Amino acid sequence: MVRRLAYLLPFLLLVIVAGYFLFGLERDPGELPSALLGKPVPAFDLPALTGATASEDGMNTDDLTSGRDVKLVNFFASWCVPCRAEHPLITRLAGMDGVRMFGINYKDAPEDATGWLQRLGDPYERIGADRTGRAGIEWGIYGVPETFVVDADGIVRMRHAGPLTPEIVERELLPLIEELQR
Amino acid sequence: MLLWILILATFGALVAFFGANLPASLRARVLAVQGLIGFGFILFILFTSNPFDRVWPPPPDGQGLNPLLQDPGLAFHPPFLYFGYVGFSVAFAFAVAALIEGRVDPAWARWVRPWTLAAWCSLTLGIALGSWWAYYELGWGGFWFWDPVENASFLPWLSGTALLHSAIVVEKRDALKSWTVLLAVLTFSLSLMGTFLVRSGVLTSVHAFATDPARGVFILALLVIASGGSLLLYAVRAPSMQGGGLFAPISREGSLVLNNLLLATATATVFLGTLYPLFLDVLDAGKVSVGPPFFNMTFVPLMVPVIVAMGIGPMLAWKRGDLPGVLSRLWLALALAAAIGIGTLIAMGVQSVLAALAMALAGWLMASVLVEWAERVKLFRAPLQESWRRARHIPRSSYGMSVAHAGLAVIVAGITASSAWQTEVIRQMRAGDTVEVAGYSMQFEGVREQRGPNYISRQGEFLVTRNGSVVTTLTPERRAYPIEGDTTTEAAIHTTWLADLYAVIGDGNAEAGWSVRLYHNPLVPWIWVGAVIMVLGGLVSLSDRRHRVGVPERRRARPGPAMPAPAE
Amino acid sequence: MKRFWAAILVACSLLASQSSLAIRPDEVLADPVLEERAREIGKQLRCLVCQNQSIDDSDADLARDLRILVRERLQQGDTDDEVLAYMKARYGDFVLLKPPMGPVTYLLWFGPALLGVAGIVAVVFFFRRNRERPDEPTLTDAERRRIAEVIGDRPEAGGT
Repeated sequence: MVRRLAYLLPFLLLVIVAGYFLFGLERDPGELPSALLGKPVPAFDLPALTGATASEDGMNTDDLTSGRDVKLVNFFASWCVPCRAEHPLITRLAGMDGVRMFGINYKDAPEDATGWLQRLGDPYERIGADRTGRAGIEWGIYGVPETFVVDADGIVRMRHAGPLTPEIVERELLPLIEELQR
Repeated sequence: MLLWILILATFGALVAFFGANLPASLRARVLAVQGLIGFGFILFILFTSNPFDRVWPPPPDGQGLNPLLQDPGLAFHPPFLYFGYVGFSVAFAFAVAALIEGRVDPAWARWVRPWTLAAWCSLTLGIALGSWWAYYELGWGGFWFWDPVENASFLPWLSGTALLHSAIVVEKRDALKSWTVLLAVLTFSLSLMGTFLVRSGVLTSVHAFATDPARGVFILALLVIASGGSLLLYAVRAPSMQGGGLFAPISREGSLVLNNLLLATATATVFLGTLYPLFLDVLDAGKVSVGPPFFNMTFVPLMVPVIVAMGIGPMLAWKRGDLPGVLSRLWLALALAAAIGIGTLIAMGVQSVLAALAMALAGWLMASVLVEWAERVKLFRAPLQESWRRARHIPRSSYGMSVAHAGLAVIVAGITASSAWQTEVIRQMRAGDTVEVAGYSMQFEGVREQRGPNYISRQGEFLVTRNGSVVTTLTPERRAYPIEGDTTTEAAIHTTWLADLYAVIGDGNAEAGWSVRLYHNPLVPWIWVGAVIMVLGGLVSLSDRRHRVGVPERRRARPGPAMPAPAE
Repeated sequence: MKRFWAAILVACSLLASQSSLAIRPDEVLADPVLEERAREIGKQLRCLVCQNQSIDDSDADLARDLRILVRERLQQGDTDDEVLAYMKARYGDFVLLKPPMGPVTYLLWFGPALLGVAGIVAVVFFFRRNRERPDEPTLTDAERRRIAEVIGDRPEAGGT
């Protein structure tokens, strides 16, 4: 009897593996959870984009750990096509009450970034210029655009890699922001 | 996919054509299973990846061929792989047919072997071509990355090798029947799983193409129906397939059991490592990476007992072997292995202990192959005439075994040396600069632009000399393909068959100099030469007339009425 | 979203094909011991853009940044483990090509050994069962010859 059951093992194994494959089809193997979730924002201190209109002193960790508001940190670059696609959403989010939008310009030439912002509009309260990409590594980004949600105490709550879409904003971002504002 | 189906249909046709001597019921069932698989795949392409869909608007210059494919190495790699994957479908069909019939006998194994062997030869060649292509095309001299798609091709290879060996036991001793049938089903299932992995987007890979969950679901369904169905059949039928011949643990059969045990464990290891990230991800248990460090720590050690046993196994007798006797007759192989190991340590330094061990293993394997043959022909113990006569009468499948095993020894030596003792020089060089690489003097002559039929290339030139005399000129290139919008690297390789000199050129300009990478890769050609030798061994074995089902007996008159002869 | 990743994947396969240089001359450290350590560590870090190459092998910008960062950390005196931990803190376990040893990965690391042992046990049972069966009837020489005649086999020398 035990022997007969042993012969069933390969079949059972197949069923289990096939089950994993089926669920795996819905997942994105390349999408990484941020290592910073639930942790305080990393230490960083970035200079300003020279000539940028909305920020004079650049951006650093303190900007994200002070105040009672929910902060969004958006990594962007003028050479990044999806960043352009998500720009209207960023602008809309920046205009919301109780939400402060910060930008980190990743590996960009200042003139290019400034020109890009002038053409599309500058939604950011402050912008840090990460010329070398080192701050990006501190945040654990692996491409642009990426957007982080930081709560009032400076803890990272969410990371979205890739451009924001209306579905993501509706389904994940807005509910989280609401929850954090309570 | 179209190629898949074409090869599937071709194999079916071949079975129909050459299988004239199969019992009708078996042949019918085998062809039916083949047909069903083909049906499944045809449905697949009709519904999810129709190759005959129109491209609108039609591009005026065509879409161009991906520059990566404009290369013989990579152009032949998929057909050989597919012949392998799909070829295993025949073994699968035979296995399912046997399960349906409820009978596995030595004749069945004799029929299955040539098909499995042919598929195995092709798969080996396909994998070797892919590895060779990666080596000369991708620009940093590597040849295997344990990438999920590479593993997807390696899994059926490992299991197919186990199948080849266990089928021998079924054929000779009527034992290990249910295990062999399971392996046949498993090998083709792994082929199907490989097809699934590459096309579904479930695993990330540089190789993955046509990733699309819709296709994934379809292939998964195929996999579940084909594999699940046959494994269920196995669970029902296999317990009644009792083994025939008995044998002692220490015997030829015993060593083949060991072979299967080790290869099965190796298959499971690669399987586990490849799919673990997916398993964890689906369970929301985090994202981990399983890369070369894992496989090097788990797979490589498994190969050590395999190689040791490969030297001993062929010399053991069937049914009951004399291990001490065999070991004592292998003293020469052992001595040679030790000599190679120690010699390597002395030549390359004490830090190369592992590499020395690996070289010793390769030497052991090669030497024991030769000792086995020498013993068979009673070399030096009988007159040369006698030895020559014996040599001529050794069956081809035995020669096939010897050659294939020798090929593996060559591969092991190649992998070891090129991994352990590669010399790499990364430099910024201006025209006129010279650099020393492993005793060769390479003088950089500068860069110029060339035009090819559909590309523009930036070509660097290196004059290579050794002890003052010119060895060769290396011309690495970077090519830009305007239509496809791609660029490729063409490394310049000069092989001495004992090593490769390998040059790659990158960015830069005349004033600041150019980024260059220069390598000396000892014994790296042996990797692919060894693979070709293995394939040759398989082909020699395949040419054994005892495997050529359907070839009629010409010379000898049959006594009495014709009987359904299984072979000859 | 899927297109974003598809684009990255395509970029990586193209990058992979054109990686004439993963490591560039300006990255190589002057100290050969440190450089060797940097290479060894580099082989254990996954390029997060291309994802199936190590940072040593990848042409991506991020890979280069990480390679430079690894060398900086080494020059500042970090041990190999500290450098790996540094990367893991920012990118998670995914960045390590050698999977960590933990409850979640016990099956992965011990699986092969367990399977090997299971296989040995199965083989032992197999041989035990064999011994309990009566031996097969053997053929006489005359019978052997008759069979050989019928199937047209040549008499073999020794075992094959």
